Amino acid sequence: MSNSSNKKSKGKEHKSKTINVDINRDIYDTADDHSPKFIANPGINEQIVRLISNTKQEPEWMLNIRLKAFKLFQKTAIPTWGPDLSELDLNKIIYFIDPNATETNSWDQVPDEIKETFEKLGIPEAEKKALAGVGAQYDSGMVYHNLQKKLKDQGVIFENMDVAIHKYPDLVKKHFMTSCIPVNDHKFVMLHAAVWSGGTFIYIPKNIKVDLPLQAYFRMNGKQGGQFEHTLIIVDEGAELHYIEGCSSPRYQQSSLHAGCVEIFVKEGATMRYTSIENWSRNVYNLNTKRALVNRNAKMIWTNGNMGSQKTMLYPCSILIGENAHSESLGIAFAGNEQDQDTGSKVIHAASNTTSIIKAKSISKDGGISSYRGLVKVTPNAKNIKSNVQCDALLLDDKSVSKTFPAMSINSPTSRVGHEASVSKVSEEQLFYLQSRGLSEEQAIKVIVGGFISPIVKALPLEYAIELNKLIELEVEGM
Amino acid sequence: METTKEIQTLKIKNLHVEVEGKEILHGITLDFESGNVHAIMGPNGSGKSTLANAIMGHPKYKITKGKILFNGQDITNYSVKERADLGLFLSFQYPAEVAGVTISNFLREAINTKREREGQEKLSVIDSYKLLKEKMELLDMDPKFRTRDLNSGFSGGEKKRSEMLQLLLLKPVFAILDETDSGLDVDGIKAVAKAIHIARKDSPMGIILITHYEHFMRELSPDKVTVLCNGKIIQQGSKELAKKIQEKGFNQFVNEQSNN
Repeated sequence: MSNSSNKKSKGKEHKSKTINVDINRDIYDTADDHSPKFIANPGINEQIVRLISNTKQEPEWMLNIRLKAFKLFQKTAIPTWGPDLSELDLNKIIYFIDPNATETNSWDQVPDEIKETFEKLGIPEAEKKALAGVGAQYDSGMVYHNLQKKLKDQGVIFENMDVAIHKYPDLVKKHFMTSCIPVNDHKFVMLHAAVWSGGTFIYIPKNIKVDLPLQAYFRMNGKQGGQFEHTLIIVDEGAELHYIEGCSSPRYQQSSLHAGCVEIFVKEGATMRYTSIENWSRNVYNLNTKRALVNRNAKMIWTNGNMGSQKTMLYPCSILIGENAHSESLGIAFAGNEQDQDTGSKVIHAASNTTSIIKAKSISKDGGISSYRGLVKVTPNAKNIKSNVQCDALLLDDKSVSKTFPAMSINSPTSRVGHEASVSKVSEEQLFYLQSRGLSEEQAIKVIVGGFISPIVKALPLEYAIELNKLIELEVEGM
Repeated sequence: METTKEIQTLKIKNLHVEVEGKEILHGITLDFESGNVHAIMGPNGSGKSTLANAIMGHPKYKITKGKILFNGQDITNYSVKERADLGLFLSFQYPAEVAGVTISNFLREAINTKREREGQEKLSVIDSYKLLKEKMELLDMDPKFRTRDLNSGFSGGEKKRSEMLQLLLLKPVFAILDETDSGLDVDGIKAVAKAIHIARKDSPMGIILITHYEHFMRELSPDKVTVLCNGKIIQQGSKELAKKIQEKGFNQFVNEQSNN
């Protein structure tokens, strides 16, 4: 790490030498042995922002968004209302890593080391199971992308975000960080807008119902690397989509940052289901922003599984802007030793007769902290809205912690809003009972945890339900 | 699996048991044999349930003195699972609720854990369903019952039937029935008794029948009776004592004992 500067870099110290081609291989010992084209020096400054934009040969409007966001980012403080982020040193993060491989849509062309990693992660397996399309992000670039011909013929677009800017400039420009997640939303959205790279762009034309889930797998592999992928999904009127995102990354000692953005537009009468299983390694700060704008008679369903990461701040949000819009949010968080999972969901009822359901479950073990942080907001013009929030926490031992921060802001007298919360412990009686039937203590805990999360797991497609169950079981075993 | 015809034994020697620092059992010595029904009677608070939990190894029930021997092997410090593996089974008076876990999933896990231990192949989902269905029919249980969450919102009768279903499936060597008759009407008691008769046809199970009612005894005609009072054995006998208690009624019997 010879070039890393301890000075509080404001962007002036780093010149164009930031492209460091000859990287030190030592730091990649535990990572896959593939050499990225280049990695940027740690820290962020205007040069890095310009470098990212130049490398991608972006149009000027995108560069302008980046620069504007970077200025805002510099002026804005790190939020202090959630988990303690004081140990996150934004000057030590590497903001751009370009993988060697150029994007390909044939599995054969994917480099072997990358393939091996993907195989470990079950990516080809997932494809064998006839998922409609696969896009996988390896650090900052997409290396594998595939979409069934049928969908292509229907006009479905499933594209790397970097490519989409060039291929579909109007669609992207209109929706990218404008009305859904504006650039000035919060500190990490600003950072994201300044340095975002890769991600997925999906457009489903009117009345097209995609009957198999589309999937992308994100993976962070460079030491200290940041991952700032941008997902933009437009489900046009009457269309249907299920999109699945899985995330994992190998373990490193120094902190890595993930600050992705997911923007979803669910047009009139459309249905969007977004499922994500995030299993980042234990040193990652996962500060992710996911939001959907839901129009008249449209439906948005969020399903989130959060394991891994050191600290997570993630509150998928639906803004119900059309009458009869509906949102559902199902979440599972697992916090183990030294983990802080701060998750929840937000719904803004900005139109009449809109409905929402939030179900959040958390499991804490070995001193882990799980917090539910949510918001239900009803604007004064929205009549007859219904919302129900239910959050349940399960503590596996006395050291672990569960917190609940359910905010409600109801400005409409005809609203019906319900909130239920429960905290339970695995009881001595349950363990005794199950063990008296020949189960080991570990098996008994797995059975209890499996039962606890089953209402949410049942909502997943079978192979993901199995994957999630397995991941949770591994967490219970303590890896 | 063919169970051996040899008699298996469970011996309790001078057992002292404490719950939350208070001694409840003050030196209990008892012998149980497979193939027999041994009734343990006593008024409320006499220590019957404490004895049941201590034999099964509940961590809250501390054995401060004495021993438990299974076929001569000292199991006093065995874990709950190790005892279950040897073939001890407790039918709970108040079985713990486990939300989200269906009876069929739980029983498949329990059966397959046992099969794996015994070197048998695990049952597939379909085979375990067939086995479950067969046993549920024997107990006149609604097949839909298998999809209910384990013990969640069960009525008294449902709890007892579910416990008996587990007994039929797990085929223990010794089954402790902790007031399995309480809260049941005559038909309920008959149904539970039927389950036990079926189970005993399969294998020479030893039944430790904890009760303070004589109705249940009539159904199961115990070979031995032990009467507990205040954590001590006050009377022991064979079929004759059992008959005497059945004729007089337990309360009358206890009153006479304490007047002597």
